Amino acid sequence: MPAIPADRRPWILLTPALLFITALVVIPMAFILVYSFYENIDLAVDVPAFQFGNWQDLLSDSYYHTAIWKTLRLSVIVTVLAAVLGYIPAYVIAMTKYRHKWLLLLLLILPFWVSFIIRTLSWIHIFGNQGALNGLLNLLGLGDLEVQLMYTEFTVIVGFIHVFLPYMILNVYVSLEGIDPNLEPAARTLGATPWQAFREVTLPLSLPGLAAGSLLVFVLTGGSYVTPLILGGPSDFLFGNLVYDAVVTELNWPMGATLSFALLLLLGSVVILYSRFMGMDQLAKAFGR
Amino acid sequence: MARVELKSVRKSFGAVVAVQGADVVFEEGSFTTLLGPSGCGKTTILRMISGLETPTDGDILIGGKRINDVPIHKRNLGLVFQNYALFPHRTIGENIAFGLKYRDVAKADMARKVTEALDIVRLPGVEDRYPSQLSGGQQQRIALARAIVIEPDVLLLDEPLSALDANLREEMRVELKAIQDRIGVTSIFVTHDQSEALAMSDRIIVMSAGRIEQIGAPDEVYNRPVSEFVANFLGASNLLDAQVISRDREHVVLETAEFGRTPVPLSHAASLGDGPAAKLMIRAEKLTLAPVGQGGATAKVENVDYQGQLARYFLRVGDTPMQAMNMIDGKPFATGETVSLLLNPDACAALPPKTGAS
Ligand SMILES: Nc1ncnc2c1ncn2[C@@H]1O[C@H](COP(=O)(O)OP(=O)(O)OP(=O)(O)O)[C@@H](O)[C@H]1O
Ligand SMILES: [Mg+2]
Repeated sequence: MPAIPADRRPWILLTPALLFITALVVIPMAFILVYSFYENIDLAVDVPAFQFGNWQDLLSDSYYHTAIWKTLRLSVIVTVLAAVLGYIPAYVIAMTKYRHKWLLLLLLILPFWVSFIIRTLSWIHIFGNQGALNGLLNLLGLGDLEVQLMYTEFTVIVGFIHVFLPYMILNVYVSLEGIDPNLEPAARTLGATPWQAFREVTLPLSLPGLAAGSLLVFVLTGGSYVTPLILGGPSDFLFGNLVYDAVVTELNWPMGATLSFALLLLLGSVVILYSRFMGMDQLAKAFGR
Repeated sequence: MARVELKSVRKSFGAVVAVQGADVVFEEGSFTTLLGPSGCGKTTILRMISGLETPTDGDILIGGKRINDVPIHKRNLGLVFQNYALFPHRTIGENIAFGLKYRDVAKADMARKVTEALDIVRLPGVEDRYPSQLSGGQQQRIALARAIVIEPDVLLLDEPLSALDANLREEMRVELKAIQDRIGVTSIFVTHDQSEALAMSDRIIVMSAGRIEQIGAPDEVYNRPVSEFVANFLGASNLLDAQVISRDREHVVLETAEFGRTPVPLSHAASLGDGPAAKLMIRAEKLTLAPVGQGGATAKVENVDYQGQLARYFLRVGDTPMQAMNMIDGKPFATGETVSLLLNPDACAALPPKTGAS
């Protein structure tokens, strides 16, 4: 058997994954790119063409710009809230001396056993006019306030956090779990208060997990359309909803293709810029052996 | 620098008693070793002094003040962890300066102190490296530098040499002792390595299963152990069943089946009670082999462990297995040979029969 040159071995190992990605991502996305140059002349009637009409619409129509802005803004809000709300349980799970830690981790995975749509819909029963919240207020004799929370940006944010928080918690947990448990005590004996020890040692060492979790939540939020569709009002649309509208409602596939590809470019560049500027390589150096 | 005192300190974790009723004084500027097998409570004692654990009962005093309720960061102690616990995301310089940030030290002084500390541990010029870029021995020295740069009242060292190879370990042991002599800080050193303990300490505290067995200078615990446990834990020794035959002002005469009557100096029988039963302890290196017919006990060599200048002999006297460690003068005795076993009564100790060997 002829020996395989050492420098080719990684490529051989990567081949199945690359074939998969090419067949299921690159080729379909190439079709979508091509489709974005087609012309839509009537409902569901497209003519193959090579023209930039759809792209021009995207760049000139302020409706699309608003959607991009709304998407980025909401994604940032959801990411920041998820980071803050997710860090605390992750810290508790990582630091607890409770013997059945796996139970706590199981709790995190439990929600995935129920369909994401059903979990999202369940908020209607909580925030809706006849929902649990108003029911509770009624019981307390505050019924006439009739808090209207449903179909607002607030419910959309709650829905997103609800669905994406486990991703944040798991990522932060993994990096907290990898920190030497003696480091915080070491900082304490050197004179740091509990809070200083956390800020100077644990927090920076958990940043890789926090960064990974944040990126994941940001991208997942930025690409969503179901949550605003179910929980949002008419003005709470994201860029993903425009894609949905173009394809499903207006039956304008070329425009849908253009918007899809634009979303890919948008989120793709966020990912690239993010990993550049988060100084991942600096952290890698500190941990490198 | 300060004197540390433990007063009836007890610590239990649920049903596990990690430390029971420890009463110890660590004198100002002294170097004391906590010695004992794994799980005997050494780390727990250090963690209680540093504040990382709270005693279940009893008081801890540093410099005469009770510190049970003083939070960790106000105790001004240097703790060197078993696994170094350097901050991986900080450079060596930042690691060492870490404790200085919380003290009133000017920026300029900080850099100077860091340089000084690195000189003391003989690693100048590594300020800008990361811990992962240093070897284990170097990291250990950085951990030491980080602990002493804050000029702690007490230096607590938890098996800081255990991860090093034999050569580096011996070097570091000498270096560590030299540093401690120079800065004169009260030091408490944890190890389960007896030669480390004997070589470095002013005083050794031998522990077993959460209890303090003996406190004393190295030669004291080595030559005059107070229990079977201490005798067995430090060095190789032979313990023979014995009867107390008589006592006078200088000696206790013990009778053993193997060696007949042996007068043991009273100073080597401090822990012996009033009863008739006792144990005669003979250090392996104080038992001399000689060609048969020179008196003493007659023994058969069962095995020889050749160690260069030394030979370790596994012997049998009647039914009793014994061991001896002798310098090799010419040719070592061979397996199967019959020899005379001579003992020097002044190097023996009389122990109570079965105490503390729990
Ligand atoms: N946090 C804890 N929870 C429960 N038990 C503990 C805890 N810390 C220590 N112990 C128990 O207390 C006893 C003493 O432990 P300690 O760590 O002090 O031993 P050690 O003498 O330092 O041992 P080693 O030489 O292995 O480091 C052990 O039986 C240990 O299992
Ligand atoms: Mg220990």
